[in-house]
Amino acid sequence: MTRRTVSRLRSWLPSGRTLVIAAPFLFLLIFFMVPFAAVVKISFADPQMSIPPYTPIVELKDDSLRISATLAHYRTVLTDALYVDSYLYSLEVAALTTLICLLIGYPACYLIARSDPSRRNLLLMAVMLPFWTSYLIRVYAWIGLLKNQGLINKFLLWTHVTGEPIKLYHNNWGLLIGMVYNYLPYLMLPLYAHLVKMDLTLLEAARNLGARPWQAFFTITLPMSARAIVASSLLVFIPAVGEYVIPEILGGSNSLMIGRVMWDVFSVNNDWPSASAATCALVLLLLLPMALFQRVQRREMTSGL
Amino acid sequence: MTRTDKVLGNAFLGLVFLFLYVPTICVVVYSFNESPLGTVWSGFSLKWYAALTTDDELLSAAWASLKIALATAFASVFVGTWAGFVLARFRKFRGLTLFTAMINAPLVIPEVIQAISLLLLFVALQQAVGWPARGMFTIWIGHTMLCVSYVAITVQSRLSSMDESLHEVAQVLGATPLRVFFDITLPLISQALISGWLLSFTISLDDVLMTAFLSGPESTLLPIVVFSRVKLGLNPEINALGTLFIAAVTVGVVVNNHLMMKRQRRRDLEMAALRSTP
Amino acid sequence: MTFDAARPQKSPSADLQPDFVQIIDVTKKFGGATAVDHVSLSIRRKELFALLGSSGCGKSTLLRLMAGLEAPDSGRIVVDGQDITQLPPYQRPVNMMFQSYALFPHMTVEDNAAYGLRREGVGKAEIRERVAAALDLVQMARYARRKPHQLSGGQQQRVALARSLVKRPKLLLLDEPMSALDKKIRQQTQFELGNILYEVGVTCVLVTHDQEEAMTMADRLAVMNDGSILQIGTPGEVYESPTCRFAAEFIGSTNLFRGVLAADESRLFNCADLEVPLQVHNPMNARGRMEAQISLRPERITLSFEPAGQEFNWAVGKVDQYAYMGSYTLYYIRLASGRLMAVDMSRMAVRAMQRAPDYGDTVYLSWGSDTLVVLGS
Repeated sequence: MTRRTVSRLRSWLPSGRTLVIAAPFLFLLIFFMVPFAAVVKISFADPQMSIPPYTPIVELKDDSLRISATLAHYRTVLTDALYVDSYLYSLEVAALTTLICLLIGYPACYLIARSDPSRRNLLLMAVMLPFWTSYLIRVYAWIGLLKNQGLINKFLLWTHVTGEPIKLYHNNWGLLIGMVYNYLPYLMLPLYAHLVKMDLTLLEAARNLGARPWQAFFTITLPMSARAIVASSLLVFIPAVGEYVIPEILGGSNSLMIGRVMWDVFSVNNDWPSASAATCALVLLLLLPMALFQRVQRREMTSGL
Repeated sequence: MTRTDKVLGNAFLGLVFLFLYVPTICVVVYSFNESPLGTVWSGFSLKWYAALTTDDELLSAAWASLKIALATAFASVFVGTWAGFVLARFRKFRGLTLFTAMINAPLVIPEVIQAISLLLLFVALQQAVGWPARGMFTIWIGHTMLCVSYVAITVQSRLSSMDESLHEVAQVLGATPLRVFFDITLPLISQALISGWLLSFTISLDDVLMTAFLSGPESTLLPIVVFSRVKLGLNPEINALGTLFIAAVTVGVVVNNHLMMKRQRRRDLEMAALRSTP
Repeated sequence: MTFDAARPQKSPSADLQPDFVQIIDVTKKFGGATAVDHVSLSIRRKELFALLGSSGCGKSTLLRLMAGLEAPDSGRIVVDGQDITQLPPYQRPVNMMFQSYALFPHMTVEDNAAYGLRREGVGKAEIRERVAAALDLVQMARYARRKPHQLSGGQQQRVALARSLVKRPKLLLLDEPMSALDKKIRQQTQFELGNILYEVGVTCVLVTHDQEEAMTMADRLAVMNDGSILQIGTPGEVYESPTCRFAAEFIGSTNLFRGVLAADESRLFNCADLEVPLQVHNPMNARGRMEAQISLRPERITLSFEPAGQEFNWAVGKVDQYAYMGSYTLYYIRLASGRLMAVDMSRMAVRAMQRAPDYGDTVYLSWGSDTLVVLGS
C-alpha cells in the first residue's frame, strides 16, 4: 500500500491517544453510568411476579408500541413515612457521626502531626492498622463490649459509676459508637495528610506578630485546614448515610437507616422499582454534598495546599 | 508546647487509641477463651481455632473469598492505573469532567447504591444476552468497581508529583511512549501500585453489601457467612478467625512500615554524606 | 565586569557547514500568547550556540521545539539536511540535557547512560564500551554502580551529559545546565563542560538566562525577547556593539542616553541629562538629525578628581553610592541634571588615584568616543 493510503487510513482510525483514554473511560461508563441508567429506568416500572420482577417500560405488543412509566414509586419514596423517616434518620446519624469524628479526629491528627518525626510514623501506623483489619470483625467485637453483660457495663458496675447496666446494644447508642469507630480512620487519614503538609513557618510568623497559641490556631491553622476538613467530613458523611452493616449489627430494630430499608425492599419484598426509586432519591439527596466534594477535591488537586 | 499541654495531649491520644484498639484486643483475648460466652473468661483454650479447621462452610467461603480478592486486586490495579495515568497525563480532553466524576464518585457514594445499580445492569444483561449469571464473575466486577477509584487517585497524585522531564528525556533518548510507560513510569509508581493492590485486596475480602447483592445461589463468600452468623449474636469461632486476620494484617503492616523506614533512613544517611562532599 | 573571550577558537573546519542546523520561520503559540514568533536561525556545525534571554522570552520553547517535545505551528527545523519538523522526539538525531538533569532514579549511573543506546538496539558489547568511554570522559567511571540520589548535583550533571553524548547526537540541547549548581562551582563547571563539548565536537544549543554563562561558553549567541531574536553574534560582538537597547541592557550593564544625534561632521549627540554633548566615533546610519540612544559601558569610564581636558565626552558629578566588590568598585555618580551614571573602576585604577572617591566627592568622568555605541531604538 502506498504511504498515502496508509496515512489516510490512519487518520480514520482513532489516534493512539484516543485509544488510551477510551479504554478506562469505556470501562467506567459500562460499569458505572450504564447501571445508573438502568436504575433510573426501572424506577419508572411496576413490580410484577416475573423475572426480572418489573414491567418493561417500552414494549412491542400486538403491533403497538406501549410505553408505560409510572411515577408512583417516586411518590411513595418521597412521601411514605417509612422512607422519609429513614432518610431523615440516616442524615441525622451521618451528621452526628461526622461531627463526633471531627471532634475526636482533628485534635488527634493535629497532635500526631506536631509530634516528633520519629514517633509520628509509629502513631500513624497505629491509626492505620485498624483500617486494614476486617471491619466486619471489629464491628462484631463491639457486641461483646456493648451488651448488658458486656465489658463496658461490667466496668461501669464494678466502678460503681452506675447501679444498673446501661443499654448500649441494639440501640442508637451502640449504632453511633459503631459508626464513629468505623469512620474515624477515614476522617483522620486525609486530614492528617493535609495537616502534616502545612507550613509551620506561618504559625511562627503569627507568634512573632504577637498571637497566642490558641489565637494562632483559630485564626490560621483552622481556616487553612478548612478545605481538608470539608473533604474528610464529606468522605465520612456521604457513605455513612447509606451504611448498612453497622446499623444491622449494632442498631436497634427501630433505628432504620436508609441502607437497611433499601436492602429489605429490594431483597425481601422483591420490589425492584421501589428500591430503584429510593436509590435515585438517595442520589439526588446526596448530589449537593457530592458536588461539594468534587469541587473541594479539584481545588485540592490544583493548588499546592 | 508547655508541659501540661504535652501531658494532656498524650492523654488524649492515649484515649483515642484505646477507643480504636479495645475491640480488637477483646477479639484476640476472647479467641483463647474456653467459654463460648464472650463475656466470661473461663480459661485458656485453643478449641475455637481447632473448630475453624473443621468448619467446612467457613473454609470454603474463605477460599472463594481469597480467589475473588486476588482477582479484584489485579483487576482494580490494572484499570485503576490506566485511569490514573489518563487523568495525570492528559490535561484536556472531551469528557474530562465526566471521567473525573466517574472516578471520584464511587469514593463517596454509599455502597448500597452501587450494589443495586450493578445488580440491575447484570440482570438486564442476562435478560438480553443470557449472560452473566450472578456469581463469581459479577462479584468480581462489583468489587473491582469499589476499588478502582482508590487506585486511580493514588496513581494520579503520584504521577502528577513526578518530574515530567523524566518522561521527556526518555523520549528524547529514543523510547516510544509505550516504552516510556513500562521503563520509567511503572517502576516509579510501583509503591502506589502495591499499596493500591493491598487496599483492593482488603476491601474485597471484607465486603458485605456488594457481595450480598451480586452473589448467585452457589457462591457464598466469607463476609456473608460471617455476617449471617454475627447477626445472630456472638460466635466464638469468629473471634478465632478475627484474630488470625488481625495477626496477618499486623505482621504485614509492621513489616512494610519497617522496610519503608529502613529505606528512608538509608536515603537520609546518603544525603547527609553527600552534603559534606562537593 | 569585563568579558574577555578566553575560549579557544573552533577549528576552521567548523565553517564547512554553516547551516548544519536550520530553524526556518518557526512559530509557536500557546493559547493566545505567542511564545516563538517567526524565528529563523542558522547554527554551524560543531558550534556552541547560546539562546540568551530572561524567563518567558521563548528560548526554552524554542529548545523544546528542536527536541520534538512541542510541535511548531508553522516553520521547519532542519538538522544536517534532514527535515525533522514532523518527527517525534524518539526519532530525532537530537539529544537534550534537562535543567533538573532528569536522571532515572531507579537506575544506576551505568544504566542511565546506557538507556539511549539500548533503545537504539545497539549490541551489548558495544554498549558497554561506549558507556565506559562516556563515563570516563566526564570522570564518573568510578560511580558507575551508584544511583542518582547518591550523587551530588555536579556529579548528576556529568552523568546527564554522558547519557546525552553517548548516543553521538548530531545536535545537543542544553536547558539551563548551570542553574541547579552552586554559584561557586558554576564557573569552573562552565569551563569543564565547554572543554568536553569542544573535545567531542558536537553541535550544541544552550539556553540560559545567565549572561555570564552565555558569554563564557558560547561561540555565538542570540539575544531573545518576547519570542523574537533581537541580535545574533559572538559574545564580543554583542557586548561591544549591541544593536538595540534590550541587548545592551541585558548583557552586562550600561549607561543609556537618549537624545538627538547630528549626522554631520560634528558627530555630536545632545542629551538632556548631560551638560556636555557626546561625540561619537562613527555615526553609523544616522541621517540628518535623528533621535537615537547611545550606550556607554561603565567600565569604559575613567574617574578623576581633575577635569579630563577634552572638549566632549566628559561629565562632572558627586559620588552618590558605591559598592566595593574586591577586584573592582562600582560607583554611581549623580550629575547636575539628577541623572545617575554607573562607573566600574578596577582596583588598580582606583589605587592610581590620590585616594578612593567617597560619598559626596566631586569627580570628573571621561571616556573615549570609540566607547560609545549608537543603538537602533
